[in-house]
Amino acid sequence: MVSIIQSPLVQHDAKQVLLPSPFHPRIEQHCLVKNWMSWNGYQTARVYDTLASEYFAIRSSCSVMDLTPMEKYRISGPDALSFLNRLVVRDVSALKPNRVTYVVWCNDEGKVLDDGTIFHLHQGEYRLCSQHHQLDWLLISSLGMDVSIVEETHEVAALAVQGPTAYSVLSAAGFDGLDQLKPFGILHTQLDGFEVMVSRTGYTGDLGYELWTNPSNALALWDALFGVKQRGLYDLRCIGLDALEMVRIEAGFIMPGDDFNTAETTVRAGHDRSPFEIGLGWVVNFDKPHFTGKQALLREKDRPIERRLVKLAVEGNKPPVDSFLYDGKKGRRIGTIKTQIWSPILKANLAMADVEYRNGKLPVQIWAEIYYQKELEWQVTWAQCRISDVPFWTHPRRSATPPQNC
Amino acid sequence: MQHYDTIIIGAGHNGLICATYLAKKGQRVLLLEASETLGGLAATREFHPGFKAAVAHTVSHFSAKVARDLNLTAHGFDSPMVPMPTVGLNAAGEHVVLTGIGVDAEIIGVSAEDAASYRQYRQLLQRFVELLEPFWLKTMPRVGDTRWSSLLTFAQLGLKMRLLGKQDMGEFMRLAMLPARDLMDENFDSELLKAVLSWDGLIGSKMAPRSPNASVLTLLYRMSGELGGAHAIPSGGIESLVQALYSAATASGVEVKIGARVGRILIQGNSDGLKTTGVELADGEQINAARVVSSTDPQRTFLELVGVENLEIEFTNRIRRLRCDGYVAKLHLALDGLPNFTGLAKPDGRMIIAVDMDAIEFAFDDAKYGGYSQQPVMEIVVPSLRHESLAPEGKHVLSAHVMYVPYKLKGGWTEDARAALCQRVIDTVAVYAPQIKAQILHSELLTPQDLEQTHQVTGGHWHHGELSVDQMLMMRPTYEAAQYSTPIPGLYLCGAGSHPGGGLMGGPGHNAARKILE
Ligand SMILES: Cc1cc2nc3c(=O)[nH]c(=O)nc-3n(C[C@H](O)[C@H](O)[C@H](O)COP(=O)(O)OP(=O)(O)OC[C@H]3O[C@@H](n4cnc5c(N)ncnc54)[C@H](O)[C@@H]3O)c2cc1C
Repeated sequence: MVSIIQSPLVQHDAKQVLLPSPFHPRIEQHCLVKNWMSWNGYQTARVYDTLASEYFAIRSSCSVMDLTPMEKYRISGPDALSFLNRLVVRDVSALKPNRVTYVVWCNDEGKVLDDGTIFHLHQGEYRLCSQHHQLDWLLISSLGMDVSIVEETHEVAALAVQGPTAYSVLSAAGFDGLDQLKPFGILHTQLDGFEVMVSRTGYTGDLGYELWTNPSNALALWDALFGVKQRGLYDLRCIGLDALEMVRIEAGFIMPGDDFNTAETTVRAGHDRSPFEIGLGWVVNFDKPHFTGKQALLREKDRPIERRLVKLAVEGNKPPVDSFLYDGKKGRRIGTIKTQIWSPILKANLAMADVEYRNGKLPVQIWAEIYYQKELEWQVTWAQCRISDVPFWTHPRRSATPPQNC
Repeated sequence: MQHYDTIIIGAGHNGLICATYLAKKGQRVLLLEASETLGGLAATREFHPGFKAAVAHTVSHFSAKVARDLNLTAHGFDSPMVPMPTVGLNAAGEHVVLTGIGVDAEIIGVSAEDAASYRQYRQLLQRFVELLEPFWLKTMPRVGDTRWSSLLTFAQLGLKMRLLGKQDMGEFMRLAMLPARDLMDENFDSELLKAVLSWDGLIGSKMAPRSPNASVLTLLYRMSGELGGAHAIPSGGIESLVQALYSAATASGVEVKIGARVGRILIQGNSDGLKTTGVELADGEQINAARVVSSTDPQRTFLELVGVENLEIEFTNRIRRLRCDGYVAKLHLALDGLPNFTGLAKPDGRMIIAVDMDAIEFAFDDAKYGGYSQQPVMEIVVPSLRHESLAPEGKHVLSAHVMYVPYKLKGGWTEDARAALCQRVIDTVAVYAPQIKAQILHSELLTPQDLEQTHQVTGGHWHHGELSVDQMLMMRPTYEAAQYSTPIPGLYLCGAGSHPGGGLMGGPGHNAARKILE
């Protein structure tokens, strides 16, 4: 049994190429530079005013980001759990109600299709959030199972509130009971008489929450948050996707489609990636009876992987955009940079890179060949790189419960 | 708890054959059959007191190697069999009659030109039959497998093609996918002859003369036996083949249980992956075995007995998409005496009612859109002529394969719909055997949906799933399950849904056993 519900809220206006989110009336006012882009078809700000101020809002005060465009699916029905367990590489049986877990899912060949989070909303009822549109795959996966898959991307308005003062801001906005909410926990609560679900989840490596509500409450929720700023209590800033890109790399979160080719979009053999190849072996649970891709991943034990996605700190101050990587200065080519940022807080070039992985070992030396411009003249330089096997940046605030009030 | 090396699900001819090969090699084999009779689609059953028939009514390419290996003659199967003539019926009695085997084939009822073309046509096809001969009893290479043994199979085909000579090689490539209609139009003038010769490439498939695909390959498959494409009924009937297989099975130690429906294939998963551990019967009894071999169709095997929770998502989707709707219905008539077909001394042939290829095509057109033709085309035999015990003394059984009867009828297969079709079929037979209606004591019409129920075959499909290029050879039933092994270690397939396909041939049972014993 599968049902697809078309949202009454999403009405197509021919003049409007990109969909406005339920927060759009406010976002439009905050977005001074009008630097829009499409995120899953929604009109989304890349930058609101200046990238630096947005970045530092995340790292030193509080940031707000519209998460509505994120793909969301409601999964319920008698076979919901076995459906999810067959879909993702992690064991979902262990996920208690009101808890969230990070997952990836693979095709039959054990190559990653996408990543996302599963929210166990109520006993037997789940929400799957994904980076990319997954309805087709979910529907195919549900054939032969008694499970209902409903896309609710447009039915749920969501905001991410992240940063050192996120807890204080939310408390000041009127949210009660967040002190006991642990990382990856869910709280169903109310704000000014409407329902809001709060999850302690995020992508910054710092303290942070995500708020989920019916689109009809979107503006009230927004106003409650920004009321805190208006009252002069805490600073609060909207952030766009560019600032997000900086902090997610600092925090070591990978981006399917940017850091590696997803299986669905791969045309040439060998260009897709298994969870082990992107450094996510730790989410693969071989102990559960079965999941799609398990047999192929078990075969990796006999035929070891040859590529690895790694977190790379690159020396110097030249941005290693799309750089080739070598096993020594002018040595043999062993990889490429996929995404990279300058980290203001760490004062370093940080990158996600795909490198050779031989006999179960990462390269000993990695050098990036960096092309950069000086007054429109191209220059080339070499920079040594260091693999980081932990996130470049995180903070104890992220996991302290109750959170520090700052 | 009892422990078996192998449990085989389904005692159709393929299940019996596979079981016997394994038991002969010393395995402890348990064969479980859901129904109360052996033989599956070839089972002989009473459809009216004193009158019996089998759904599969003739044998055309039963593997001589299997008969030899299992010593079936000693168990009562008369091989080689006497071929029966194939008769293209004409209402006025001006029939086209084909007799003889292979290159010695003879033809009556057509022009001298057609007769000459027929001889040439047979010779050409015979060369192609020999070209393909090594393939039917072989495990197909795995898609993407570059191991030597797999490449060798391809190399063999290549070599055989080289031996054909340049012109034949080209012809083979050209004909393999040619619609039957083009092949016939190129060779013959007689409309009736063309209809008859195209028949064996089409029956059992969702294909008509104008359909592109592999009707020539299907035809060559059916010509692969010693009868060169002719059909026969063993002297003891189809029953004697099933009996011989059963006798060979028990003689080699196979334990056979009837009335034992498997409800579930037991699968365990741990950190090493999945493993087949046995089966659970419909009554809840669990029986363990090192491996399970299923001769039920692939959809039933995977979607019902294994369960999607044990399968990969893309694989499941391929199995769900298998085309399994049957298009052949079965008519059984209990007759008070021998039917008299206008212009035939004795109805001891395989009689085809299809006046021309358009008649076949139009019947197919109706079925494509969920209807059935008012001018059904069919193949008729009177099996009681050869196998007397099918009917009481002096009485007879008429058995007909009726094409094209859709599995899914618009409006559904109600009692009325079935009765109306039955009447239409009888009326059509009566055009060629005008007195037959008075001889009918009882009639039974089984639609593909009925066959699905009575014989536990998805879609009531002749081959357990369409035998067409996309579901053939290393694609049968689908890649990852085309070498008899399946994605689940310890689970194998051995039924008509596997290479080379259906019909009373024994290829899947033979090949699966060899794969298991590898
Ligand atoms: C209408 C029709 C006419 C045909 N006529 C001819 C013909 O004249 N000549 C010819 O050569 N071929 C003919 N065929 C094709 C041929 O009959 C089949 O391809 C062949 O019999 C298939 O053999 P099998 O052993 O693979 O499977 P089957 O004969 O289908 O045997 C499968 C067995 O599995 C059993 N089974 C299923 N599920 C379970 C379960 N859960 N537990 C235990 N047992 C189970 C079934 O009861 C059955 O006995 C015809 C087919 C049809 C549909």
